[in-house]
Amino acid sequence: MDKPLFNALLQMGDDSLVLGQRLCEWSGKAPTIEVDLSLSNLALDLIGQATMLLDYAGQVEGEGRDADRLAFHRDAELFRNSLMVEQPNGDFARTVMRHFFFATYASALYEALSKSSDETLAAIAAKAVKELRYHSEYAAEWVVRLGDGTEESHSRMVKALDWHWRFIDDLFEDDADWAELAERGIVPLRATLRGNFGKRVAQVFGEATLEVPGEVWPLTGGRQGRHSEHLSLVLAEMQVLPRAHPAATW
Amino acid sequence: MSDWQLWEVFIRTKGGLDHRHAGSIHAADAEMALRHARDTYTRRMEGVSVWVVRSADIVASDPGEAGELFEPAESKIYRHPTFYQLPEAVNHM
Repeated sequence: MDKPLFNALLQMGDDSLVLGQRLCEWSGKAPTIEVDLSLSNLALDLIGQATMLLDYAGQVEGEGRDADRLAFHRDAELFRNSLMVEQPNGDFARTVMRHFFFATYASALYEALSKSSDETLAAIAAKAVKELRYHSEYAAEWVVRLGDGTEESHSRMVKALDWHWRFIDDLFEDDADWAELAERGIVPLRATLRGNFGKRVAQVFGEATLEVPGEVWPLTGGRQGRHSEHLSLVLAEMQVLPRAHPAATW
Repeated sequence: MSDWQLWEVFIRTKGGLDHRHAGSIHAADAEMALRHARDTYTRRMEGVSVWVVRSADIVASDPGEAGELFEPAESKIYRHPTFYQLPEAVNHM
């Protein structure tokens, strides 16, 4: 099996899966019914991406596991998602800030991946990039609206920014497997996406009257399976039904 | 959120020639209104184009005046083009 490719597909698939599950937690609790629908739409896009990426990971592995098997019958330490996506939603400001960071990163990643030498990955990326560009725009509008809104909304966005900023390095980490794939022309080094990411963040924060923070002590390890305790809890909720009834179908 | 305005949503469907009223949504500004219209009314591949307009900007006729406005047309069936003999060469009328 192509282990670097398998691990890379898990990193991307798990990012989408865990963030999709987190967004689903807003269902029925969002500020308005329209926002509720919007967040569910974002979540369903992500879960669709996770299904494609994890199905492909299963094919690469060659042991008969499909996306459902990888999503529902794998323990937390085998997940390769970034730390940012597994954190609790917090308030709406924190959810919106996370989505802005993630979708801006991911849309740049999938844009580059749509030219991958791996045709399956290129096809998945070409579909995902359209969805994620929309996500990035949607979230950026909310960052501006709330950042440049009332005193209350501004202070919540500042708190949200402080919360997420330490997870950015983890989001962009290139581990040894990823670097090997980059050499083979299958993925871009995430580090090469960081410059445009920074420009976009600075531009949106300018409109949102938010200051780009300085350096902070980064929290990393998600890509190697070193997660916060929050991942086990979100997986427990997501996995309980298929584990209790393994043969159940829709 | 209670101060969000009401907006009317018009969708042009695939193969449709004109935008049709789909429903209404709440939003704080025009950008948000377009997002909400898209997320609420084009989830099943219905749309290729979306318009939104503030409900308050629509000028509507008074239902109480329906008699004066619309009944006079009822007795004028000659306005329907059903009294003409069409030449056989003319199709699709």
